[in-house]
Amino acid sequence: MDWRDLQAKLAGTGYISDPDLAMAIAMTERLKRPILIEGEAGVGKTDVAKALTQILDTDLIRLQCYEGLDANATVYEWNYQRQLLAIKIWEEEKLTADEKEEHIFQEKFLLKRPLLDAISREQAPVLLIDEIDRADEEFEAFLLEVLSDYQISIPEMGTVKAVSIPHVILTSNSTRELSDALRRRCLYHWLDYPSEDKELAIVNARVPEAETKLAGQIVRFVQALRREDLEKKPGVAESLDWARALVGIGAARIDEDLDEMRETLMCLLKTRADREQIAPEVFERLVAKAV
Amino acid sequence: MSGEDDIGGAEDRVVALASHGIQHDASPLVLKILRFARHARDNGFPMGIDEALDALEFADQSDLLDRQSLRWGLRTLFCSSPDDWERFDDLFDSYWSYGGERTILKVSGSLPRPGGEGTIPTADQLGFGNELAEADETTGGATARERLEGTDFRHLDSERDLQAVHDLAERLARRMRWRLSRRRRVRARGRTIDLRNTIHKSLRHGGTPLELAYRRRHPRPLKLVVILDASGSMNLYSTFFIRFIRGIIESFAQSDAFVFHTRLVHLSSALREKDIERAVERMAVMSAGWGGGTRIGESLKTFNRHHAKSTINSRTVVMIVSDGYDTGPPEVLAAQVKKLRGRAKRLVWLNPMIGWKGYQPVAQGMTAALPHVDLFAPAHNLESLAKLAPYLERL
Repeated sequence: MDWRDLQAKLAGTGYISDPDLAMAIAMTERLKRPILIEGEAGVGKTDVAKALTQILDTDLIRLQCYEGLDANATVYEWNYQRQLLAIKIWEEEKLTADEKEEHIFQEKFLLKRPLLDAISREQAPVLLIDEIDRADEEFEAFLLEVLSDYQISIPEMGTVKAVSIPHVILTSNSTRELSDALRRRCLYHWLDYPSEDKELAIVNARVPEAETKLAGQIVRFVQALRREDLEKKPGVAESLDWARALVGIGAARIDEDLDEMRETLMCLLKTRADREQIAPEVFERLVAKAV
Repeated sequence: MSGEDDIGGAEDRVVALASHGIQHDASPLVLKILRFARHARDNGFPMGIDEALDALEFADQSDLLDRQSLRWGLRTLFCSSPDDWERFDDLFDSYWSYGGERTILKVSGSLPRPGGEGTIPTADQLGFGNELAEADETTGGATARERLEGTDFRHLDSERDLQAVHDLAERLARRMRWRLSRRRRVRARGRTIDLRNTIHKSLRHGGTPLELAYRRRHPRPLKLVVILDASGSMNLYSTFFIRFIRGIIESFAQSDAFVFHTRLVHLSSALREKDIERAVERMAVMSAGWGGGTRIGESLKTFNRHHAKSTINSRTVVMIVSDGYDTGPPEVLAAQVKKLRGRAKRLVWLNPMIGWKGYQPVAQGMTAALPHVDLFAPAHNLESLAKLAPYLERL
């Protein structure tokens, strides 16, 4: 797929991407390698996967990472209840322990978790491994193995080879340094906060109810807000929330009623320290600049 | 490993590529991309033959290859971290626009480079070398090693002594690590039942789980983050601690180091340098241009805001090495230390001055920070550092 087509198609799903991101995605398709997308929270890393799923008309399998995530939760688990039941049922039959063992370790007793599921589909799904930096190093090493060979070995059953190779997207907020090996296995893209024009296009596409004038003010305000010294900078998702909130309360401009407007800042500023940082006079200055 | 492959010798490569099943007539563009790949690797990009091959495949399949697409494509292929990402454009432009293959200095670009490009000042010029005062000749009957372990770092002078201290520090750091990871075996007793193995074992009892299998939790080794004060008042100790921190970074898979005087600088990459002299030099480059009073509170604020998220988790022990002489307001320091304590598992404050006779922590900053510190310990000689190991082991 040419990246220009891809960019147009992404836009068709409502995902406005820069050409370099479209190029990166096109390359992962071409080279059949996973892509690691890094960037601040709320720049639209996860949405890339959703948009790609829609374009490819396939399924999205999402694996949300957290500390302590292990192979049981991500690859497969034996269905213990069914196994116990089967053992009870066969109690009367004259089978050796080995034969019983063979019986209960078959595919029908297997519960597929996201990774195994992703490689055993006929039509290659999009596999989104979200916030890989939250998982620990052991899991990362394990994942690397899966992503290199696209096969998983189950001690009781043997090796399961991939039916199709999924489109793999990993995201990271860099809360932890990832291993070099995993980084090298993946193509890489750094997703920055969108430019003013791009963000305006996003707001227009996702919140079409917002009038052009209001949308422009919202975007300019958020862009200026990101330049302030904040603990958690508002992402694109926050801009969209704010736009929807303003449309909801029927605001036509952001400088109509400054007190009320300051209340709506909770859509953008999520910590107490940040809310204190944007004092009324700072807020007024930012609004004046955005209008 | 592919990273060890040599990308060099573009012509050889094309032959190699043919054997990889990719046909190339070695067009000028292909050769240029190959040379660029090698150039990128010389500049510290994590490149191997795989990346070079992918680059060629990319060039092959892109029919419309303008400069911009080439940039984006190669960037996605060659970069693997935000650092790489930031440096890539300069590298690309310098190569493709000017045909130059000048090596961009690997010391992070935004830092001051005294003496202009290319001339890295030596450690001595920047005051890192022979600053340890007052020779201490009393060896007595003790062996040289015992003498070193008990000697205040201020009193070490000769190059040989320094080398010995360095070796000891590294050995000590390794010992600490060994003790920490030994816990895995000793405490390998779990509380939860492992269903898979229990079922396996139950088969011979007709499915009745008579023998229970337990799942063992593997306690993972701690992570250490060291924040070193390199202010004037700590000067006599810096040379030593740089070496100690280096020992830690080399021995702990997960560790990080920062140094501050008036501002905070991330040290780890400089310290991972194989050659110790070069590491000290790089550190000197990074610290050059510092002046004015020590701002511990402000530096910790920077750390909390920009680095804590990515370096600290619930298994991290933070070690601050400082004498606590802060020129900023003590409330700031107290608030930041408290915040840091909240994120980490333990906060250890090492103060070389505790070893001095009659020392009381009267420095305002020190008293403000003390309530939030888990362990306040001396660190003026190797013996005092060695005493830390058992403490860390118990965590």
